[in-house]
Amino acid sequence: MGIFDWIHPAFILMLGSALIPFFQGRARQAYIILLPALALLNVATMDYGTYGEFNFLGFDVTFGRVDGLSYGFAFIFAVVALVSGIYGANHKDAGHHIAAYVYAGGAIGLAFAGDYLTLFLFAEFMALASMCLILYNKTAESTRAAYRYILVHIFSGICILAGAMLVYSQTGSFAFDSVTGGGIAAALLLVGFLTNAAVPPLGSWLPDAYPRATIPGAVFMSAFTTKSAVYTLARGFAGTEILIVLGTVMALYGVVYAVLENDIRKLLAYHIISQVGYMVAAVGIGTELAINGAAAHAFAHMLYKGLLFMGAGSVLYMTGRSRLTDLGGLYKVMPWTFILYMVGGFAISSVPLFSGFVSKAIILSAAGESHMTFIWLFLTLTSAGTFLSVGLKLPYLAFMGKDAGLEAKDPPLNMLAGMGIAAFLCVFFGLFPQFLYNLLPYAIEYHPYTADHVVWTSQILLFTALGYMLYIKKLGGKRVISLDTDWFYRKGGVMFMKLAYGLFAAVDELVSNLYRHMLAGVKKVAGWCWGFDFKWVDGVVNGVAGLVIYVSGDLRRIQTGKLQHYAVTILLGLLFFINLLLFFS
Amino acid sequence: MKLDRIFENSDTMRLLKWVFYAAAAVFVALDFVIPRHHLHFFWDEIPGFSAVFGFISCVLIIIFAKTVGKLLLQRDEDYYEK
Repeated sequence: MGIFDWIHPAFILMLGSALIPFFQGRARQAYIILLPALALLNVATMDYGTYGEFNFLGFDVTFGRVDGLSYGFAFIFAVVALVSGIYGANHKDAGHHIAAYVYAGGAIGLAFAGDYLTLFLFAEFMALASMCLILYNKTAESTRAAYRYILVHIFSGICILAGAMLVYSQTGSFAFDSVTGGGIAAALLLVGFLTNAAVPPLGSWLPDAYPRATIPGAVFMSAFTTKSAVYTLARGFAGTEILIVLGTVMALYGVVYAVLENDIRKLLAYHIISQVGYMVAAVGIGTELAINGAAAHAFAHMLYKGLLFMGAGSVLYMTGRSRLTDLGGLYKVMPWTFILYMVGGFAISSVPLFSGFVSKAIILSAAGESHMTFIWLFLTLTSAGTFLSVGLKLPYLAFMGKDAGLEAKDPPLNMLAGMGIAAFLCVFFGLFPQFLYNLLPYAIEYHPYTADHVVWTSQILLFTALGYMLYIKKLGGKRVISLDTDWFYRKGGVMFMKLAYGLFAAVDELVSNLYRHMLAGVKKVAGWCWGFDFKWVDGVVNGVAGLVIYVSGDLRRIQTGKLQHYAVTILLGLLFFINLLLFFS
Repeated sequence: MKLDRIFENSDTMRLLKWVFYAAAAVFVALDFVIPRHHLHFFWDEIPGFSAVFGFISCVLIIIFAKTVGKLLLQRDEDYYEK
């Protein structure tokens, strides 16, 4: 079956995005909203099946494996692309929109990938495109963060590719299914997926990078990278027991850092880690109920986390500030932002009637049914911590609390609309969980709204709030940062270099002393050679150099010196290249 | 939209506070009455367990995070620029 019987939604987004620079003003905004809407329509009307199979250089690649597991992820990816696209429609840079949609398309392409080569291809698209979303913030700090970000993702990409090669050497196939072989191939794949899912200690790239991305960029990033990694884990490593422990540690880890955090977007970034911890633990449990729970939580999470990042982004957009210590009293000037943020806050805290309640419950039930006492206790404890930071502390310090007297108002209409749609979906899935459950990989008969469950959850939340009220004075923001494992490559690297330089300097001095004596004799001989060199050799070299200077004067004009332009050029080049491949295969 | 009417009015705020305390009490009381369906752990039979657990969780997280932060993690904001 060829590509033209089935249009890949990723190609709609990726190729369509290349036309964005040709539209201006209102037309551009309309086109930006139209693209993900088309992709969503495409996914929504899709039937399960296998599409887009090719033989590429002797390898079978599958672009469209549409089944129970991949469909839900791709569907929500498309929804999030639309909502985030609306929110970011007023961003000025056309290149930023291209990067965002190549990124979103990459996520959908990754979900539908049936083999490791396709998976790797789309994972690389995602890494490069999301790096652009950091670069477009155009500060020295964000450029450095983008550099660190892409290094980490090159590492994870290489792990996945190497693991895939080993799988191929063992099985003779690149098909991406449950990884059963074990050994180094499975270990490499697992490390690659875990890095992308931001599992500690491999996950500090996330809170390092996301707060430095552009405002709509961070909204896109909050959804795609980690959740597509959850998808790959659910596909390849369901029931892998180490994931239960890693996921639970991860859930707690994010919560602890969030308590200490002062930057609102970084606080939310740590809560991505925490929430993805639930999903990773559920994948580790591996029963049908648990996998359903992981998927349901991923779907709900993408919407409420996007909403929270939109809220925090709106605050940053309107006030230029993102530290809790610089904010306060914003509810007076940004009431709608406050209310919509709170919907996301309630959803992530699993308040009944909001989406987090109907998704997180499945994971806890799965842990309960498997009688995992400690896992259940720690995940419940994490629940309290989530409400504490995202539902109470952040909104209190930013929107209420001590009035910072900031002049601001609610953000432009498109940003409010994006938040509004996300908030609507959070409530909609909370009220009608069946619509969420219909997207899950396995058939599910689950009723979250039993009286005992509602009472149980309400007690947790109300008494967490009571605890917060007791400690409210201690939980004010502090103008400090907290060290994470990125210390090892940010500070440890510098220390290593200093040490290495010290060593090199010592050796260098020794050697140069040695040479100084030896070279005195050689110098005389060199003197004679010099005359020849000056007259003959240099003449030729100078001639060539003159030509190079002449040509490069013309070439120089296409180099703008802006990293974003180069990055987008690379992306477009990749797109072109893949088109060629598809066309001729 | 005027949210000041709620948040700037001390009467309303006092009322909200009492609603909050009342809700907490009511939900604990309900726990004694409502039958439990899925019993996985021994504490599923103790009424009010999740209230106590929620409160302890919150306090534990705050104390643990603050301690680790102070002893080990927290640095000046310009730490990485130095």
